[in-house]
Amino acid sequence: MAFGILAAAAYIPRLRLQRRAIVEANRWFAPGLSSLGKGERAICNWDEDVVTMAVEAARDAMTARSRESLESIYLASTTFPFLDRLNAGIVAAALDLPEELNALDIASSQRVATSALRMALHAGQESLIVAAEHRRTKAASPIELTSGDGAAAIVVGEGAPIARLLASSRQTVDFVDHFRTQESVYDYQWEERWIRDAGYMKIVPATIARCLDAAGVSGSDIAYFCMPAPVPRVVPAVAKAAGIADAAVADNLLAVCGDTGAAHPLLLLVAALEAAKPGDRILLVGFGQGADALLFECTAAMQDIPGRLGSAGYLARRREETNYGKFLAFNDLIEIERGMRSETDKLTPLSALWRNRDTVTAMIGGRCKVCGTVQFPISHVCTNPNCNASDSQEPHAFAEKTGRVNSFTADRLTYSPDPPACYGMIQFEGGGRWMMDFTDVEPDVLSVGLQMRMMFRIKDIDTQRGFRRYFWKAVPAESSTRRP
Amino acid sequence: MPAGIRDKVAILGMGCSKFGERWDSEASDLIVEAFSEGISDAGIDVKQIDAAWLATAIEEQHVGKSAVPLATALRLPFIPVTRVENFCASGTEAFRGAVYAVASGAADIALALGVEKLKDTGYGGLPQRGRGTLNNMVWPNLSAPGLFAQLAAAYAAKHGASRQDIKRAMAHISVKSHDNAAHNPKAHLRNRITLDAVLNAPMVAEPLGLFDCCGVSDGAACAIVTTPEIARAMGRADIVSVKALQLSVSNGLEAQHNSWDGSYFHTTRVAAKRAYQEAAIKNAREEIDIVEVHDCFSVTELVTLEDLQLSDEGRAINDVLDGFYDSGGTIPCQIDGGLKCFGHPIGASGLRMIYEIYLQILGRAGERQRKTLPRMGMTHNLGGFPHQNVCSVAIVGRYD
Repeated sequence: MAFGILAAAAYIPRLRLQRRAIVEANRWFAPGLSSLGKGERAICNWDEDVVTMAVEAARDAMTARSRESLESIYLASTTFPFLDRLNAGIVAAALDLPEELNALDIASSQRVATSALRMALHAGQESLIVAAEHRRTKAASPIELTSGDGAAAIVVGEGAPIARLLASSRQTVDFVDHFRTQESVYDYQWEERWIRDAGYMKIVPATIARCLDAAGVSGSDIAYFCMPAPVPRVVPAVAKAAGIADAAVADNLLAVCGDTGAAHPLLLLVAALEAAKPGDRILLVGFGQGADALLFECTAAMQDIPGRLGSAGYLARRREETNYGKFLAFNDLIEIERGMRSETDKLTPLSALWRNRDTVTAMIGGRCKVCGTVQFPISHVCTNPNCNASDSQEPHAFAEKTGRVNSFTADRLTYSPDPPACYGMIQFEGGGRWMMDFTDVEPDVLSVGLQMRMMFRIKDIDTQRGFRRYFWKAVPAESSTRRP
Repeated sequence: MPAGIRDKVAILGMGCSKFGERWDSEASDLIVEAFSEGISDAGIDVKQIDAAWLATAIEEQHVGKSAVPLATALRLPFIPVTRVENFCASGTEAFRGAVYAVASGAADIALALGVEKLKDTGYGGLPQRGRGTLNNMVWPNLSAPGLFAQLAAAYAAKHGASRQDIKRAMAHISVKSHDNAAHNPKAHLRNRITLDAVLNAPMVAEPLGLFDCCGVSDGAACAIVTTPEIARAMGRADIVSVKALQLSVSNGLEAQHNSWDGSYFHTTRVAAKRAYQEAAIKNAREEIDIVEVHDCFSVTELVTLEDLQLSDEGRAINDVLDGFYDSGGTIPCQIDGGLKCFGHPIGASGLRMIYEIYLQILGRAGERQRKTLPRMGMTHNLGGFPHQNVCSVAIVGRYD
């Protein structure tokens, strides 16, 4: 038994906006953006946000792990949907984690996730550290092209770690390369050359040096150097300053995903852990108002722990999106005519949400102890017509069950932010069914019998009150098949 | 099973307003229009009505809650009036209230009136609305076409029918209803349409195109019922009586239990079986002369014909394409145009169906009269969605 990283996983939204679509749409105004026009960036579907991505990354990390032994959950982001409602609490509820749990939202810098991970490793408790980011960016801004949406999750604790911490260091200074305030929706950024020379190059090498010194390891011993930096040419320069080989500089995933902000250090760590061999050393750096450096040594192969999609799996689960207008609409960057059908009141009575939290947030139904029939939602009288026993049901979780499409439609009449609204009857393996929304699916792939799995998503956005409610939706299982 | 109400109640009079986009009419205007015809047909005075039932489903769009709007519109003399709502089957619920009141002896003469004023929504189709506190959290943001469309996928999967076969049968159904409504002066949509127009119409909810969906209309319909004895005493010779009146309500089985395959209406099968028993009908295909079904969507009509045992399971497509249900066919279905073209003012629809069967049995249906006078007719009034609904089946026929 040893303490360290027990599991690591990620979530990247399926939609990948082609950067050339952004560049072409904005060429009339900002022709200089064309140098950033290669590759693609991950974008949230209309029903995804920091909370939903965090839930998916956490589910992936918790594959084949007991949720009962977790003592803490830390959710790191600078783009939480709620400012005063524990976002980590929503994730914990969706994951049906034990209620006796430390839960914290950690915010306000691009290195919150490395700080949270470092503190969790030092706290010595079994903890889930999740980071997710969904930044809104101005049209025709460089960050619109370089950023991406995504999440990563790390489980630390006592057990058989895949990596253990050799040393860490940190520095906190009020270096403001960019900022966003309560009053502003978008980042405001200073000149890149100044950020590189006065920021990264002054702060990071010194922090790395302290970390390596503490471990008695030299830069040349690093197999994977994971450091996000949206500013070009920074990472190789830092690596050189720290004596780290060029070949050890980890791919920053800019070409296939974009910089996922506060989540990006952990996402790079996850990708490195997926590729690393036992004995490999991984240096992780987070930058933002200072820096964190964490040095890990891999003790076992990530591939040996029970299958999960991870960053590689979710990067492979992709659909090219070339419609820049859709991206603008999903992110409320243009006001589109949503029609009168969108005006229905979406008020969520909070008392009812609380009362029904197991059903709505955790998707827990019932299993009849008399006849064994599994059903959703849980109820007083069993639905089996040959049973109808009273008060016979025990909780039965549906979120991790797969199901098959029993009937479906692609509805162009009802309001959906991304029409047509696809929904249908899902029949779960092992019993139970529910008429539910589908997401991350195109109508032409739907068929009776198609295998689906559950994902936690935004159900409705209450624009009148700024609230959003969540529920589970069905997505095709084939594009998200777990690694054996 | 109880003895039932067969021949205990007679229809004394019926009325129906013009259905359509009645931009200039309030719900109260529609109520009065239908009632004027009904009471004149019944040949009684309003003071002779002992009790009344009002059906409206989306009352928040027009009259508001309670039975007061009916009592006020007709100045009913402070009699018992009850408002009922059971999705789109509300009209038959009002009828059931009135019929049961007469059958029980609590009333000698009772009124059932259904009304809906839908065209104050601002857009086409039924109003988008909340479904209840918990349902809003866990149901899709669904529409009626989206849910009824799913019958097609499940039906095709079960019977090995191709999408094209189903689309053709559905198109035949809609073309037939438009043809029929052309002869109906009170119908909302009286234009004829072509098969090609139906098949090439814009998609509403896969595989339902625009012409697979019924119209949304304003309108009202009513029935005045009494006992056959009283009707006779009033000098009536031709009497139409209620042979059966059944309602089946989903209990969550279809929505929650995997025994339902999504290709048929469980409630309709139950209600039809009970109705045939109550009416002493042994073979519906041979004994029913005319039928009005709840054709909110063409696919609903298609699968309902099997649920009512008029077509054998898996054979409705053939019967439809063979013209079995056309106006000149063996069992005309929607001879008045149905929901599709007569229109669908929700609370009125169940009563409109009975109105049509009543006229047909009495030979008063004008241009659209079935050539051979029907003796036994059936209405099927459905509310809700395939996976959870309420289904009324009424059988009315000549009283011998």
